[in-house]
Parts: sequence; C-alpha cells; structure tokens
Amino acid sequence: MSGGAQAFLMLDLMPLSAAVLAALGCGLLGNFLVLRRQSLLGDAISHSVLPGIVVAFLVTGSRSPAVMLPGAAGAGLLSVLLTDLVRRIGRVEPGAAMGVVFSLFFAAGVYLMQQAARNVDLDADCVLYGQLETLFWTRPSGAGLLSAATLASVPRQVTTLVIVAACAVGFIALLYKELRLTSFDPDLATSLGFRAGWVGAMLLALVAAATVASFEAVGSILVVAMLICPAATARLLTDRMDRQLVLSGLIAGATAAAGYFAGTRLPGALGLPGAVNAAGAIAVVAGLAFALAAVASPSHGIVARALRRQALSRRIAVEDLLGALYRRAEAGPGAAPLAARLLRAAPLARRLGLVAGAPAQTPSLTEKGETAARAIVRRHRLWEAYLVERAGMLPDHVHEPAEALEHVLDAESPGLGLDPLPVVDPQGKRIPGDGGAPPGQARSKPS
Amino acid sequence: MSRTREDAPARGAGGGIAPAQARSVLDARPEHSADNPLSVHAMTVAYQRKPVLWDVDFDAPAGSLVAIVGPNGAGKSTFIKACLELIPRASGRVEFWGEPYRRARRRIGYVPQRESVDWDFPVSALDVAAMGRYGMIGWFRPVSRAHKRAALGCLERVGLGALAHRQISQLSGGQQQRVFLARALAQEADLYFMDEPFAGVDAATERAIVDLLRQLRSQGKTVICVHHDLQTVGEYFDHVLLLNMRVVAAGPAAATLTNENLQKTYGGRLTLLAEASEAVARAERGP
Amino acid sequence: MTPAGAGQASGASLAELADILLLRSGVNAANVLLGATLLGCAAGLVGAFALLRKRSLMTDALAHATLPGICAAFLIADSVGLAAKSLPILLAGAAATGVLGVLAVQLIVGRTRVREDAAIGIVLSVFFGAGVVLLSAIPRLTPTPSGGLNSFIYGQAAALQRGEVVLIGAIGAGVLGATALLLKPLALVSFNDAFAQSLGWPVRWIDLALMALVVLVTIAGLQSVGLIMIVALLIIPPAAARFWTDRLWRMLLASAVIGGLSGYAGATLSAAAPNKPAGAVIVLTAGALFGASMLLAPRRGVAAEGLRRLALHLRVAGDHMLEALHDAAPDHPRGLPLAALARARGLSALHARPVLAVLRARALVSRSGGLFVLTARGRAEGARVSRNHRLWAEYLVTHAEVARTHVDWSADQVEHVLSEELVAALEQSIHSRGGTRLPGATP
Repeated sequence: MSGGAQAFLMLDLMPLSAAVLAALGCGLLGNFLVLRRQSLLGDAISHSVLPGIVVAFLVTGSRSPAVMLPGAAGAGLLSVLLTDLVRRIGRVEPGAAMGVVFSLFFAAGVYLMQQAARNVDLDADCVLYGQLETLFWTRPSGAGLLSAATLASVPRQVTTLVIVAACAVGFIALLYKELRLTSFDPDLATSLGFRAGWVGAMLLALVAAATVASFEAVGSILVVAMLICPAATARLLTDRMDRQLVLSGLIAGATAAAGYFAGTRLPGALGLPGAVNAAGAIAVVAGLAFALAAVASPSHGIVARALRRQALSRRIAVEDLLGALYRRAEAGPGAAPLAARLLRAAPLARRLGLVAGAPAQTPSLTEKGETAARAIVRRHRLWEAYLVERAGMLPDHVHEPAEALEHVLDAESPGLGLDPLPVVDPQGKRIPGDGGAPPGQARSKPS
Repeated sequence: MSRTREDAPARGAGGGIAPAQARSVLDARPEHSADNPLSVHAMTVAYQRKPVLWDVDFDAPAGSLVAIVGPNGAGKSTFIKACLELIPRASGRVEFWGEPYRRARRRIGYVPQRESVDWDFPVSALDVAAMGRYGMIGWFRPVSRAHKRAALGCLERVGLGALAHRQISQLSGGQQQRVFLARALAQEADLYFMDEPFAGVDAATERAIVDLLRQLRSQGKTVICVHHDLQTVGEYFDHVLLLNMRVVAAGPAAATLTNENLQKTYGGRLTLLAEASEAVARAERGP
Repeated sequence: MTPAGAGQASGASLAELADILLLRSGVNAANVLLGATLLGCAAGLVGAFALLRKRSLMTDALAHATLPGICAAFLIADSVGLAAKSLPILLAGAAATGVLGVLAVQLIVGRTRVREDAAIGIVLSVFFGAGVVLLSAIPRLTPTPSGGLNSFIYGQAAALQRGEVVLIGAIGAGVLGATALLLKPLALVSFNDAFAQSLGWPVRWIDLALMALVVLVTIAGLQSVGLIMIVALLIIPPAAARFWTDRLWRMLLASAVIGGLSGYAGATLSAAAPNKPAGAVIVLTAGALFGASMLLAPRRGVAAEGLRRLALHLRVAGDHMLEALHDAAPDHPRGLPLAALARARGLSALHARPVLAVLRARALVSRSGGLFVLTARGRAEGARVSRNHRLWAEYLVTHAEVARTHVDWSADQVEHVLSEELVAALEQSIHSRGGTRLPGATP
C-alpha cells in the first residue's frame, strides 16, 4: 500500500468515518425535531447531557459508552422533567423554562469537568468541538484490512457511532408512520392508540444517545449543527417526507466529509500552515449548504421565489394590456389612448406574438393576442356577473375585484355555480363567448 | 375536599332533566343502556383549577347526528377532548357502548379543528387520509397497498380523488377539511366526533359534508359535532346538546331548540356560575 | 492579576471569603466584584424584557455568534498593527457578528419556510463553528499570542486587567442607564405591542433598541461569564423574579436584584476559587437563587403554595364539620363523637382529627367527654356555612337547572369561597325569581 494511502487509513479514515456517522445519525433524527418545532430541544439536550457524562466519568473513571450513555440518559431525563416543572410552577413560557434548565445543567457540567481537569481525557475543549483529530487508527501490523484483529482495533468512538447511526436508521424505518403521525397530529395519534408522548420520548432518548456518541466526534455545540442544518436544508428542497429524509442523510454525510477535508486539507492548499479545527469546518460547511439551498432551491429558494413573483407580475402586465386593447376596440374610434403604465408591457407582448406594430405606435392585437384578450375580458365580465348575482355586490363596485380575480381564477369553474353562464355583464356589456369575432373593429393584420 | 360522586337518576328519554326529591347523599343507580354509543356521566373538567365543564350528563342515541351547541368558551371542544381522554377529567365517567374508552377506541373516529394542525407538513392528502388506518395497522408495520387503496377510496368519497398526491399546504380550506373527513372515514369507525367541521368552509364543501353525514347516519353510525351555526343546526342534525359549562338541555333538535332553552344557553344568566368558578380557582391559586 | 487573598489552593477560608465580599481584598478584586454586580443587574433587567418579548433564546444565538467576530477582530487588528488583544476592539468585533447573527435569524425566518427555533439553532451552531475554525487558525496565522481568546468562551472574571474591568463596568452602567430611560416604552411594548403601535409608539425601533441593549450586555458579559453561559444570566434572574411577583415593575426590580446578587456572589466565589471556571460559578449561583425563589418565594413559591393549599383544605374540611355539627345539633344537642363526624363527611378518623383540632384552636368547637359540640361562635359560623350551602344549591337548581341530587358536589366546592358580594347577588337573584327566604339571609 502506498505511503499516502497508509497515512490516510491511519490518520483520516477514522475521523472521517466518525464525522460522517455522527452527521448521519444526528441529521436523520433531526428531521423530526425540525418538523415538530423542537429544534431547540435538541440544543437543550446536547447541553443537558454534559453533567451526566462527567459524573459518569468521575464515578467510574471510564469513558466507555456503556458508562456514559446511562449517565447522559439520566441527565437528559432529569432536565426534561425539571423543564416541565419549571414551566408549570414558574409559569414561564416553555422556551425560557428550557433555557433555564439547560444552561444550569451545562454550567454544572462545566464546573464538574474542572474536577476532572487533572485527567486529560475529558476537558472543556472536547466539549466544545470534540477531538476528531485524535482518532488514530493503529492497526495491528501484518493483519489484513478487514480481519477481525484490525476491526477490533477501530477506535471505540467510531464503533459507538456505527451502532448509534444504525439505531437511528432502524428507529426511523420501524416507526416511520408513527413518527409522522405523532409529529403531524398528536391528538389524533393518541386517540388512535399511538401515544404521542411515548413516541416523542423515544425520539428524545435517541437524540440524547446520538448526542453522547457524537460528543466525542464533534463536541456538544456542533452536534446542534448536525441535528438541524441537514434537515432544514432538505426541507427547502422537497415537499415530501420520504425524500426529505433521504436528502437530509445525503446532505449530512456530504457536508461532514466536505467539512472534514476542508478543515484538514484546505489550509494547506491555500498555502497556510497546519489545519483548522475539523468540527468547526463541518459546521461551517453545513451552514453554507443551508444558505445555498435557501437562496438557490428551485422550489423554495429566495431566488426562485423572486423569479416567480416577477414572472407573475409580468404576466399580469401583459394581460392588462391585452384587456385594454380589446376594450379599446370595443369602444370604437375616438377611444381614449392607453395609459403609459399599460404600454410598458408592450415589448414583452410583442415578443410573445400577442401584439404587433412599431414601437412608437399604439400596438394592435394579433390573432393570437385577440384570442387571449377575449379570454381575459370574458373572465373579467363573468366575475363581475358572479360578484353581483352571487355575492350581492353593487354593480359599480365589482370592477376592481374582478380586475384582480381575472388573472388568477377561472370564473367558469363549476363550484361558482353560474349556470347557465350569463351573456351580459352588470354594466350591460356583452360577455365574449369562447369563439367568434369581437364586436366593433375588424381584426388587425399582423405586420 | 369533595365527596365521592354518586350516580344520577335516569333521565326521561329525549327530555330535559327530571327533578328528584330531597337532597341525599346516595342515589339510585342509573340505567345507562349498553347500546348507547356515548354515555357521559357527571363529567367535570377543570382547566388550571377552574371548572370548565360542570357535572355534565349526556347520552347520545345510536345512529343519529348530534350537534353540540353553545356560546364561546362553553366547553364544547373540551367536552369532546375529555371524552377522548385527550385532557383529564376531574370526575365523572364516560362509556362507549358500555365500555371504557381504551376498549372502544377502534370504533371511534375524531376530526379535530383545522387550526390545530401544521399545514406546512410534508404530507400529501393521501398520506393524511391513510393515517386513519394506522389504528388498524398497529405499531411497527408499514402501510400496505390495500390500506392505501382504502384511503384513496375515502378521498374519492369526499370528492378529492384527483388531489390525492397534492401536498396539503396547497389545498384550499374546504379541501383541507375534506381531507380530515376522509381520514375519519378511513378509520371505519362507528362513532365520530367532529370539532367544528363546518367552520370556514365554502358552500359546496358544506353541502358535501352534510351529504356525508347523512350517508353515515344511514349506515347506522353516530356522529357528534360541535356546531356553531344556529341557523342550520335544526336542518342538519337530529339531536342537540345545549352546553354552557353544564348541560342546559338535550334531546331531539326540534323539541330542544326552543327560545327558552336558547335564552338559557346564550342569555348570560349563568354569569354567577362563571364568577363562582373563578372564585374556586382563585382560592386555590392564592392572592 | 489575581486578587490578593485567593491562594493557589482551590478552597478559600471563610475569612478570605468575607474579605472579598466586603471589598477588602484589594482594589482589583473590588473592581471585579462591582463589574460583575453591575453586569448582573443589567443582564437581569434587559433579560426581563427579552423574556417578556419571548426573545430569550435568540440571545443564545447572539452570544454564540460573537465568537467569529472576536477572532476576526483579533486577526484584523493584528494585521493592521494595533494591539490585537485590546478589549474594545475584540468587543466591537463580537458585537458586529452578534448583530449579524440576529439579522441572519430574522432573514431565515422571514424569507424561507424554516421556523424560528430551527433558525436560531442553525445560526448558533454555524457561527460558533466559524469561530472555532478561526480560533484554531489564529495561532498559525500570526505569532501574536492568542491564548487568552479562549477565555471568552467560558469566562474568566478573576483575570481581568483594571482597564478592562472599567470598560465592562461602564458598559454595564450604560446599559442600566439606557434601560432606565426606556423603561416605559419597553414595558408598554413588552406587554402589548399591538396596543403600543396603535398609540403611536415606534415598536420596531423600540425592539431594535432592546436588541442593542442585549448585544451590549452580551459583550460585557463575555469576559466574566463567557459566551456559552451569558444566556443564563439573561434568562435565570427574570424567571426567578416571576416567583416573587406578578406585577411588571416589581418583576423588573426583582430581576435586576437577583441578577446583581448572582454577579456579586458568583464573582466572590469565583475569586475565592480561581481555578474553577468563573462563568459556571456565576451561573450556578444564579441557579441557586432561582431554586431558592422557586421554593421559598412567599407568593408563588412551592412551599408557600403547598401551605396555602393545606390551609384551604383544612378550612374547607373544617367548614364541613361545622355544617355537619350545625345540622345535627337539633338531634344531638350534646355533640357527636369523632367517628360519627368523620363518617358523616366521608373522612377517615385520622383525617378528621387535625381538622377538629384546628376548629378547637379557633374556639369554634369544644370537646367534652369525647363528644364535639359547637361553641356559641361555632354555632353562628355553622349557620353561615349552612346558609351558603343552601343558597348556592338553590341557585343551581333554579338558575342552572342542576338536578337537586347533584347539587351536593357542586355546592361543596363553591360554598366556601363565596364572597359577601356574591352572596348578596345570589340572594338578589333568587328573590327576584320568587324563591323562598333562606335562614340567615341578609335583610
């Protein structure tokens, strides 16, 4: 094996795997936190488990997950109970109650950690951003890559993460419909026999487990990034829950890997010495991914929304122009000139083949334009008729609402109950049919 | 502080409350028939120490459409939620066909108020309708094709078959209400509780809901709705429960919706009751 | 510089503690203490408004977002040749990215479908991550020693220079002053912003001002409590204050006092034990005050409420006893034994004993030869309770159509809490319906 590959295996594979697995586990579970608007509960849990972990460590001297998980679970459970107590007795809002409890727990954890300061294994920095860089993989020499001895030498953090990530996937797969139901409509869930409280508690327990397992990889605070960012990013990319789950998993894994490499390789590539903190880099990449999705998502991004809005207002402007031209033709010679506002849409209408004529002149309708104009005026006048007949509005009040409605809703939809369709509008003007020539002027020839 | 509640005497069928004799601690046992889909019995519900429902007795006749009517804050939604054990009862008993809720759960459907749900959730109309089948599917098992087909059938019954795969935030208010109804139908329950099914829906949806209710009745199901519109109550429903913190009157719609009863329900003669409830709560809470 | 008197050992003797507390441990220690107290007061006050506006957790995002600003300010100042570790520069950087963080949250909530809780979590962790990245890069980018930057994370009150302490104190005092000036608008907006808007108050500006105050308190607290736990100082004192009072002005005062006490006591304890993390000590002190408030506050505290409930229960049970004795008096002029009384009201004998003891203490009941009998006062009291019961029962039957057999339970609850006005109103309404005169009715 080449020197580079050797180095990779020994130095990078384990941290990379730890980061990706942590991201995966947290990212998948985080979907439900985000959907249930419990993101800050994830934040709270990741802070609250600290004293549990420290106490477990102080008591047993061991950092094995078998010891830390119960400690963390205990602390997590206690913090949830206390939060509820504070909320009920203190009559503060749930967010503040959570803040009180988790910040106290975290402070207690930090304080207790000083007691363990003599022992270098557990320290404040580890809490903040884990210790990915210390996950070496010293394989027994001479053993094959996948032999039992080699696998046994995989750092304990990574093994734990594998288990937790598998549990997360299993939990979601097994309880998919229950999670969905309790997140969407807890009352119905409870009435159907799926206790919303239990499912929620199981979710939190797994979040706590994922926090503990990831704690050593990315630390307490950056776990929050893993819990929330991939899920929020996926949320912006799709409307379907199954796709959201898959996407969030992919995004989580990708950002973890990208962040890891950015943290460890990018400074060197830029000519700067050393490496930067990998966990922090992962959080930054996760944030960038979210920002990218927020801006560029084709369905929900800011850019897409702005484009859609613009397209809509352009369409409205063109339709207004067409309607005005039609009415002008109806009115016959001597009709008032068109407003400047309407003429601004003329270039676009010309490009769409709806009007014709030199730029300086008043445009005239092409055949295509006439059909479209007739449809618009028809919609407008049908709406006016409906508003007077059905909604009881006064005839001279209906023009503006109809102006708005004509662009968006079709008055002929059966739900509106206009049967038979009227022939004249409340002002007495004829409602153009689906076909046939408009009254007044002959059609203009396209130039 | 309070003594144990004893049972009330039986009520006359479909009538008001029959007064009994002198005050005594023990009373005769009632004769609540095991045929009644719903049998509520001296139910009292308190919210943060303030009584919201006082001492409610009610029997719903099988195969009928029942409306719960009363002013705002009268405890109508609370009544339903307390029956379904979504909120705790301070006292009283609720039985479904003579059984407690947990045994009758499968036969009971619930359509909650529309505002109580996050409509931005990533589920389609079909997903929501299928949720009604979860009770039949049980824990851990996935939703089979057969169940999805049944859910689709329910959507078609409410006229939303074409929109089955639409995301729910893209549906109109009336369509959302119909999705909820489809979900309730999918439960294939015998007793339905609906909380303001007609609130904020358009005329076409309202007609569709009424048709659906009548279909259910013709199949022998019982439907209990919180209804807010006095104009249509007599037309849509067979039985009425007039509620204002306690039962004002209950019985067949025509007989019960008298001016006097409506006056009592909406007329504010119970302000002292409300004040007393407040006083109880204040005493517990402290100055 | 560590304050004189605090040795290298983790513990300090009581004398040393007293010295510190009473500002006798040297000017520096006194400065630190004052600064921490001012900070605590300011945080308590500003945090109270943040709590009322439901913005408490936003301050967490703000605090975490300061880290990249601190590091960036350090790097920029260093590259430009300024004293990179000067506190004003670092704090300015902290404020800049802190504000950016808040704006980012609002942008996310306003422009995407992501909700506020998720937005806060995203900003909090991503900005913090960026800060961590910069922090790890700094030693490699510049030879200027940057070890002290870490102290912004967990706080290190005792190691402040004099000038820094003055700066922090000044910021704290400034915040207090500004808040005092803005007290009325802030209170109005916190209470009901729609109403305030309708009165013409510029709600948006006031909100911005509040956020600015939060930013200032946060950066002032960075050195003493650290950015992770500054949010605790903004949330815990107001929450503790709620146990003491429901009135807005008193709550603000209580919050400031508790915050100040936390700062004071916390800084003292921290100075006495310099190798313990300062931020944690101050926060835990605040937590202790919170716990004490929750348990012991006279109005809403757990102990007070428990006592109140017990007193109510005893009174109600006592009223029942009086009523039973009163009703039984015609048939049993000598009184009733304990067992019979207990049975009549459905209590166990064990339960009935203390109730009767209280009644005897109140001189309403006397005991002779194993029988309990009403005193003269007891008779009057018993009559009153009995009358209330009947009054209420009559009301329920005539007005609320409750069946007579149901009246017991409902009446039990209410009869004990009927105020005089309510009784008069009841009598009025019963008379107006032609009800019978009840014994003991007011003429």
